[in-house]
Amino acid sequence: MQITFPHMGDMVVAVKALFQELGFTVVPPPPISRKTLNLGVKYSPEFACLPFKINLGNFMEALDRGADMIIMGGGCGPCRFGYYAEVQEEILREMGYDFSMYVIEPGIFSNLRKIRESFGPVSARKVLSAVRLAWNKALAIDEIYRLVLLKRAREAKEGQVNKLYADFLRKIDETMSVDRVKRIKREYREILEDMTGAYKRGIPLKVGLVGEIYLVLEPFVNLEIEKKLGELGVEVERDLYMTNWLLNFLHLRNDGKLIKRAASKYLDSFVGGHGIDTIGNTVRYARKGFDGVIQLGPFTCMPEIIASSILPAVSKGEGIPVLTFFFDEHSADAGIRTRLEAFVDLLERKKVQARKGTGYKGEIVYGQ
Amino acid sequence: MASDGFYLGVDVGSVSTDLALLDSFGNLLEKVYLRTRGKPVEVIQEGLKILEDKYPGIEINGVGTTGSGRNLAGVVLGADVIKNEISTHAVAASKIIPDVRTVLEIGGQDSKIIIIREGIPVDFAMNSVCAAGTGSFLDQQAARLEIPIEEFGDYALKAKNPVRIAGRCSVFAESDMIHKQQLGYELPEIIAGLCEAMVRNYLNNVGKGKEIEPPVVFQGGVAANVGIKAAFEKELGCPVHVPEYYDVMGAIGAGILAREYILDKNKKTNFKGFKISDFDFKTSSFECDGCPNHCEIANIYENGKLIARWGYHCTRWEAV
Repeated sequence: MQITFPHMGDMVVAVKALFQELGFTVVPPPPISRKTLNLGVKYSPEFACLPFKINLGNFMEALDRGADMIIMGGGCGPCRFGYYAEVQEEILREMGYDFSMYVIEPGIFSNLRKIRESFGPVSARKVLSAVRLAWNKALAIDEIYRLVLLKRAREAKEGQVNKLYADFLRKIDETMSVDRVKRIKREYREILEDMTGAYKRGIPLKVGLVGEIYLVLEPFVNLEIEKKLGELGVEVERDLYMTNWLLNFLHLRNDGKLIKRAASKYLDSFVGGHGIDTIGNTVRYARKGFDGVIQLGPFTCMPEIIASSILPAVSKGEGIPVLTFFFDEHSADAGIRTRLEAFVDLLERKKVQARKGTGYKGEIVYGQ
Repeated sequence: MASDGFYLGVDVGSVSTDLALLDSFGNLLEKVYLRTRGKPVEVIQEGLKILEDKYPGIEINGVGTTGSGRNLAGVVLGADVIKNEISTHAVAASKIIPDVRTVLEIGGQDSKIIIIREGIPVDFAMNSVCAAGTGSFLDQQAARLEIPIEEFGDYALKAKNPVRIAGRCSVFAESDMIHKQQLGYELPEIIAGLCEAMVRNYLNNVGKGKEIEPPVVFQGGVAANVGIKAAFEKELGCPVHVPEYYDVMGAIGAGILAREYILDKNKKTNFKGFKISDFDFKTSSFECDGCPNHCEIANIYENGKLIARWGYHCTRWEAV
């Protein structure tokens, strides 16, 4: 059995470790490229959202490389994602691919039974050690990436942080020992935390990222918006991380309560997906003193459309600038860059003016 | 007027390339408006030549570029500031009408709205999925109806009862115009209807959710169209100001920002001088085969020397 799964940010490293440690052969899809996108777009319903199309492209490229078992998320909602696995399976079968598909549905006991049926018996000890390794890798990736999002704004040499992160990822990917994972994490945390040099723009600017989880976590689909913000000298923070999401999903954490309370003034009911998180986190970031918030979602995403129509009220009520991007296969790099540059200029002018405490006299200089 | 240095703003857009020459106080001295015609570098060189002929031997203290061709223009000229068109339009509008609160801008292929409070841009939006109602479409319709684009708006003002045109999509808008023509409606009524449809489209898409408050400034190439201006005034219920240099506001803004940058940082300009209008600029492109992304890499050469390269996503081609 050769296992594959869809890409989502850098989580491939952790998921791969999980199945390898369980003794399976893993054939991860090649990194998402324009070819992945083209394949997905060609064989997907036109009105499906971008994550669907990229997943499908991932599956095709992995199956072409010999994978024969697809692992995919399912569930009843929180949006039409719950139905994606079924539709993708049907499309792939119609194209003539031969494979099995395991869809993770809610319910621990039904899953355990199904896992046994699909993968055969695996010892509990093996499962525990595999989960421990994968979880530690996932935690390390998220912890270091959190720092990457902050430190790009103050790197001395352009691209320095990206290079550090790439080295870190490669090392984490190569090791199969939990202790090594922890050591590598410590090493890179220290290097990154020591980067306390001057901000590229001269002043610190902080932006919170909110929106639909796939668009936030996967740099290919959001046209590397975090990297672009880093290049512009902006610190980025977000609450959406794979490990964070899992902890909440498994009820080991309850950020939902906090988010719901923050959102309640503007939205008091579940609207699917991460709609309420988008509103709640925008409010939280505003109150923490962030300079701006950027919302990301796939084109036609209902929960994010609802959130985006409420955001102007939040922006006004909390006094925080908000910029929304919806992405599909037609999104163009230049358009995103122009809007981002303008947004960052706007945040900078606002901050500089607030510091001066005077009206704009035409003498405030834009950072280069 | 101080004569100890001038500033140059260059806006390379999809339809036009504009140059603005500013005096040492940042006031407009001379503007040049040229059609880009898909040859941005040649047109920049042509613009420089026009300025040089008119002001021989002037000294440029700073250069700013903006518009969709801002990076190309930046390397060709040796710009001090390369700025997006939203920031430059906002700065120029604030300079000319200091208490402006809303800027409507419609260019060749994009349209934007900028909300300004106390001189600071606080919100903006730009058309993303649709270019219906921008200058290129108006150009096309004027050509189809054989009306010079300069007179297009005047036709609209003659209308008594504008017909309703479907403005959601420029292709369907054209079908609808043809349909109305074939039903026998008069041209002014149809053109006025088109102007209103475009304004509706703009306010529903670009202006959605924005607090449009007077004073309202309308700029960009389309601001020349008095029909659109009238339709905005009717729809918004307030006067809409079209600044005298509405068509080169981006270039003015770029010049102002270059001046601020040079003065604040006490820098010397990177401007290569008017001599570049005689330089030989060449571009070439190729498709990288390093990975399935197939990036289209573009090279910019100045007198045979590679001065810029872009279009890549990784580090393989970071050569310049």
